[in-house]
Amino acid sequence: MLAQFDFDVIARSWVYLLRDGLTFTLTLTALATLGGMVLGTLLAVARLSRLPVLPLLAGGYVNLMRSLPLVLVIFWFYFLVPFLGQWLTGSERPIQVGGFTSALVTFTLFEAAYFAEIMRAGIQSIPRGQVFAAQALGLRSSRVLRYVVLPQAFRNMLPVTLTQTIVLFQDTSLVYVLSLTDLLGAASKVAHRDGRLVEMYLFAALVYFIISFAASRGVRVLQRRMAIAD
Amino acid sequence: MNYHWNWRIFWELSPDATGTYLDLLLSGLAWTLATSACAWIIALLLGAIVGVLRTLPSRALARASGAYVEVFRNVPLLVQLFLWFFVLPELVPPRMGLWLKQLPDAPFYTAVVGLGLFMSARVAEQVRAGVTALPRGQRMAATALGLTTTQAYRHVLLPMAFRIILPPLTSEFLNTIKNSSVALTIGLMELTAQARSMQEFSFQVFEAFTAATLLYLAVNILVVLAGRLLERAVAVPGYVGGR
Repeated sequence: MLAQFDFDVIARSWVYLLRDGLTFTLTLTALATLGGMVLGTLLAVARLSRLPVLPLLAGGYVNLMRSLPLVLVIFWFYFLVPFLGQWLTGSERPIQVGGFTSALVTFTLFEAAYFAEIMRAGIQSIPRGQVFAAQALGLRSSRVLRYVVLPQAFRNMLPVTLTQTIVLFQDTSLVYVLSLTDLLGAASKVAHRDGRLVEMYLFAALVYFIISFAASRGVRVLQRRMAIAD
Repeated sequence: MNYHWNWRIFWELSPDATGTYLDLLLSGLAWTLATSACAWIIALLLGAIVGVLRTLPSRALARASGAYVEVFRNVPLLVQLFLWFFVLPELVPPRMGLWLKQLPDAPFYTAVVGLGLFMSARVAEQVRAGVTALPRGQRMAATALGLTTTQAYRHVLLPMAFRIILPPLTSEFLNTIKNSSVALTIGLMELTAQARSMQEFSFQVFEAFTAATLLYLAVNILVVLAGRLLERAVAVPGYVGGR
């Protein structure tokens, strides 16, 4: 049992786990959050716009993504992205796409649906008077959005956005199904190489826990400060 | 696109000779539904208990149940499943570990327990939110009637709280169904796993994933509809959703 617990395997591999694995996980989380927020905001605006068809398309996309398991979406894009690349670049055959690019495209497009719902709630939480006031100042509707509605929506939704980012951070562990070397992937490789599954998986769990727990504590502090500021 | 489409693939025999590819996917769907349903029972029971503990006046109980929620919420589901599947059998006495490893359908039981506990933390948060959302007068009225704390929860607070949180619980159940696909990593042959094996056998990747997508969508729609029917059936006149 715990008497055979081999701390040495952790001592030998933690540099690799954090430098290669955790860096991959954090990079993917950061880039997918940025991409997802940009795309999600566009989707939210499209969904709330008064143009024909656009709200329907954006809503359909959001609902489709939100009703599928992430694992299935990861597989979808893993096979689809080479064909999409071929179509976009007009090349003769499906292009070669690396695992990281494929994962980044997947998580950006998938998280965009969740960020779109957050931003939609954020935009709808802005009192109508703000929009009317901006219009009365003579701002075009694109500027009303850019200078009045979106800054406030972002600010109000900051805690929810950060919570979603923590969820995304945990979800990136699913790139395991593509055999990529994220934190869990790195732990799993060492675990199977050295036959030390107990130590490596417990260590990975601990790292995930510390980061997520600290981050969610931080979000709570932020929330409390914002509540006082209002 | 130079991809060779073949939608008739679903009626061709799969190489494991148990039926057509469509049968393969449907057996995956059955495992998905069975896993989600069993995990949901665990999640509801444990989630209700832990959620109630978080609303009791006792400091120690609130802290313990808070720790429970934090642990299960801050470790990715995939890692939790690996802990149950690979790590637990090594930490228990050797005979029990051997029994766990040799259990038939071990991926299924592991997925049910792992997913159930993972979701129970989320259910607990919903239950707590539901109980704290009730007007304080409800608890006071129950006490004034001479009900004990247990009776107050059993007859007054929980029946109302569960009605309030029915819509978020429906979406947590949908999350349970979606999350069951993570169990393919420990060898559960659920819907996504079967779509993947159909892709490996037949090379018709997009047909396989399209079928899986449609099946997930159909399940989603059915659960949402059932949730609405349930909300309407249990609505209390004059309260949320009631007339």
